[in-house]
Amino acid sequence: MLAFIVRRLIQAIVVMLTVGFIAFMLFQYVGDPVTNLLGQDATQEQRDLLRKDLGLDQPFPVQFARFVGNAVQGEFGLSLRQGRKVSALIADRFPATFELALVAAVIALVVGIPLGVYAALRRGTMLSQSMMTLSLLGVSLPTFLIGILLILLFSVTLKWLPSFGRGDVIALGSWSTGMLTVDGWKHLVMPAVTLSVFQLALILRLVRAEMLEVLRTDYIKFARARGLSNRAVHFGHALKNTLVPVITITGLQLGGLIAFAIITETVFQWPGMGLLFIQAVQFADIPVMAAYLCLISLVFVVINLAVDLLYFLVDPRLRIERPTGGGH
Amino acid sequence: MSTTTTTTTSPPPPGALARFFGGDVWYSFRRTPTAMLAAAIAFVCVFCAVFAPWVAPHNPFDLATLNLSDGRLPPAWQEGGQMRFLLGTDDQGRDILSAIMYGARISLLVGLASVLLSMVVGVGLGLLAGFVGGRIDAFIMRVCDVMLSFPAILVALLIDGVGRAIFPNAHESLAFGVLIIAISLSGWVQYARTVRGSTLVERNKEYVQAARVIGVSPLRIMRKHVLPNVMGPVMVLATIQVAAAILTEATLSFLGVGVPPTSPSLGTLIRIGNDFLFSGEWWITIFPGAMLVLIALSVNLLGDWLRDALNPRLR
Amino acid sequence: MSALKSAPLLEVRHLRVEFPTRQGTLLALDDISFEIAPGEVLGVVGESGAGKSLTGAAIIGLLEPPGRIAGGEILLEGQRIDNLPYEQMRAIRGRRIGAIFQDPLTSLNPLYTIGRQLTETIQTHLPVGAEEARQRAIRLLQETGIQAAEQRFEQYPHQFSGGMRQRVVIALALAAEPKLIVADEPTTALDVSIQAQIIALLKRLCKEHGAAVMLVTHDMGVIAETCDRVAVLYAGRVAEIGPVHEVINQPSHPYTVGLMGSIPAMDEDRPRLLQIDGAMPRLNAIPAGCAFNPRCPQVFDRCRRERPDLMPARATQAACWLVGQGHAP
Repeated sequence: MLAFIVRRLIQAIVVMLTVGFIAFMLFQYVGDPVTNLLGQDATQEQRDLLRKDLGLDQPFPVQFARFVGNAVQGEFGLSLRQGRKVSALIADRFPATFELALVAAVIALVVGIPLGVYAALRRGTMLSQSMMTLSLLGVSLPTFLIGILLILLFSVTLKWLPSFGRGDVIALGSWSTGMLTVDGWKHLVMPAVTLSVFQLALILRLVRAEMLEVLRTDYIKFARARGLSNRAVHFGHALKNTLVPVITITGLQLGGLIAFAIITETVFQWPGMGLLFIQAVQFADIPVMAAYLCLISLVFVVINLAVDLLYFLVDPRLRIERPTGGGH
Repeated sequence: MSTTTTTTTSPPPPGALARFFGGDVWYSFRRTPTAMLAAAIAFVCVFCAVFAPWVAPHNPFDLATLNLSDGRLPPAWQEGGQMRFLLGTDDQGRDILSAIMYGARISLLVGLASVLLSMVVGVGLGLLAGFVGGRIDAFIMRVCDVMLSFPAILVALLIDGVGRAIFPNAHESLAFGVLIIAISLSGWVQYARTVRGSTLVERNKEYVQAARVIGVSPLRIMRKHVLPNVMGPVMVLATIQVAAAILTEATLSFLGVGVPPTSPSLGTLIRIGNDFLFSGEWWITIFPGAMLVLIALSVNLLGDWLRDALNPRLR
Repeated sequence: MSALKSAPLLEVRHLRVEFPTRQGTLLALDDISFEIAPGEVLGVVGESGAGKSLTGAAIIGLLEPPGRIAGGEILLEGQRIDNLPYEQMRAIRGRRIGAIFQDPLTSLNPLYTIGRQLTETIQTHLPVGAEEARQRAIRLLQETGIQAAEQRFEQYPHQFSGGMRQRVVIALALAAEPKLIVADEPTTALDVSIQAQIIALLKRLCKEHGAAVMLVTHDMGVIAETCDRVAVLYAGRVAEIGPVHEVINQPSHPYTVGLMGSIPAMDEDRPRLLQIDGAMPRLNAIPAGCAFNPRCPQVFDRCRRERPDLMPARATQAACWLVGQGHAP
């Protein structure tokens, strides 16, 4: 077990270093690194000083090490567009994106998994067929269009919900949350639903497909042959076996939520990291792009690790120490 | 002296077209109404898109024909609408119906080009990894793993952003190139994995080993033996990816980082129309949206059906 | 031909199972009839595709759709079970009829300990508490020859070898004390060296627990060792049925003759193995009359026109016109 964790950690570090390398290349060779760090309005003197300071005359590996050292501390210089420290900008925006992604994830899971199970168990019925069609619609509708449609319905026509911003937020230390106010929730509902639709549809289809596969196995047949109740067969045996592979894929998908948030935040003008990133891309604001890249990679790597560990805990076949190592 | 010989000749083997229409796939197609409907819709959309300059009632990009007084007209069946502009007009007087045909053209162009590119790259790398094996295989697979953990949209955005930074001024034609590369780079991994898997399976079969022993070049083996076996899943993948690519392009254009504004795709049109939602002119954004969904949905349905049709266990 | 002294445990009468496909409806089992007495071991033997597994599946009510029972009756202790609703049939499965399938590797849920799978089965059918169920389960494991049953109770299927897993499967099938076990190729997936052990175990345990066995297999050796009677299936029909030694040594149906003849025997000196020409017909191409007639070395006109029912032969019952007319081979 320990060997497994260590191996995954090393893999994670390798990925982070690779990403860091790409970010570093962006910094060095796309645009001027000094401008990247100091912003547009620095004087020539400041630039020369920084150039020496940065050791831009130093060999490549040294510069890279320095970059990594800075990155690990969250130091990415100044935003080209806004002139503020990148780390401050991101820290500002992180809570908004996090809350949005969290609620969307909860919606996708809480609705997607049960519906997927239902669609598998009641295969062929009208309800399950329409669920499959709706889920196909869910993956065919681009996220931004869903947002627009929701705005059209609930903001323009019915005038029930607000269509942009976060509403009233309460600051808990350095974290600003919109989840403690009714107004905050009113603002959160549509973006969260918009963000969740694609994932929900995917999870639904995945759970259904996986469950249908499991229901075809010999051990389910044997369980039925032993006279176990439908409840025991479906929810005791089939469901557990279904969820195990679903966990991995779902975990990875949910990581994607943070990235998909880019679109949702644009449609609803949600002040999160995604919106920040889009503005950076439009403006070719390299420091922000590089920082966002590193942060997202970190999130993914952490999620991947967590999912692997979870898998380990849930599937007993992986727990036996084998001399050759490696799972099935 | 003439000898009459009677020989029994069997009828010539059926051509490829005849084989296709007599096969399982076509049979399944004829019996699945959703597949036929989806194919019909997709065909109509593609037709309109490809032949837009001839099929569309107006040319929305010909500035000479635009008249501001025609602007903001609702669809023909609503009050104030005109039959001339069936789906209404935008603020500049451009006909929405024509705009979505031209827009679909751009969207399809980018979508198909990206899928083609990612297919070539993915299949090629997959064949390479599977056939050569060893370190190259391991390396390619590691790259796949890393890339798979990033959602397509992010990869596309990044490449697009970097492209902009590198070429800040040379925009128009470069933009398309960068866009297509961006979308295709986010999609090639699936092909590579699938093809690699099949290649590994075929490589171990005896007829391939025999061919290698004789000295047939690996390229030829890959082309003649492995590739045909792999085409089925690749086709399914390609169909689903076309829908995904079109949606990705639409998203990028909506975000303002996709196609240049002089060649608006459906995504661009939706973005432009978004500004008019609150003033009540919903048709400017909804109709392009509907067209986009129609295309994506019908292609997805086709892909779903194709996957089931090619699945031997369900036959 | 032997008159059953007591009421049969299982009666299958004129069972028909069909599969609607897109090329038409295929009849997989065509008028199958046999009986199993309490405590008896009946072998069901035949080639792949003859319908042996389907018979077992039909009996326990787990025919895979679109397959369905199209005619006939199945009676368990005099009561019809083929037309029962799912819930009632479920109460019978495990409690009165147990089942064993071919592949022990896939028969057990990999995510649950075998102890849990055992106690779950026991508690589903018998009104016992958790502790009693546990004790019963451990006893069962010991009976099936698993050492250190108490530790094994907490282990997962992947920690057992193939033979041991099949022992667990047998324990699971016997857990609720059923009267009949349907064993579908229980040893085919095991090493040859283990096969004999498992078969012997099955026979012994069933005798001890008073359960009859319907043993489906294509292995005549197993049949000879284990069964009291045997039914030979061909193309979804019963070709011959009777006490095992009679069927093996004095077969009446030409197919059975060919089958027995193709088994190499240690005490014989033969230059070649006997072969039956041709192959069993596909389900959509079953010939009229007797299904075996294209391959039969003693075929005559009636065979091609009329389908024979089971008729009394010398020591068995055979579905063959030769028997009916006294032209025994």
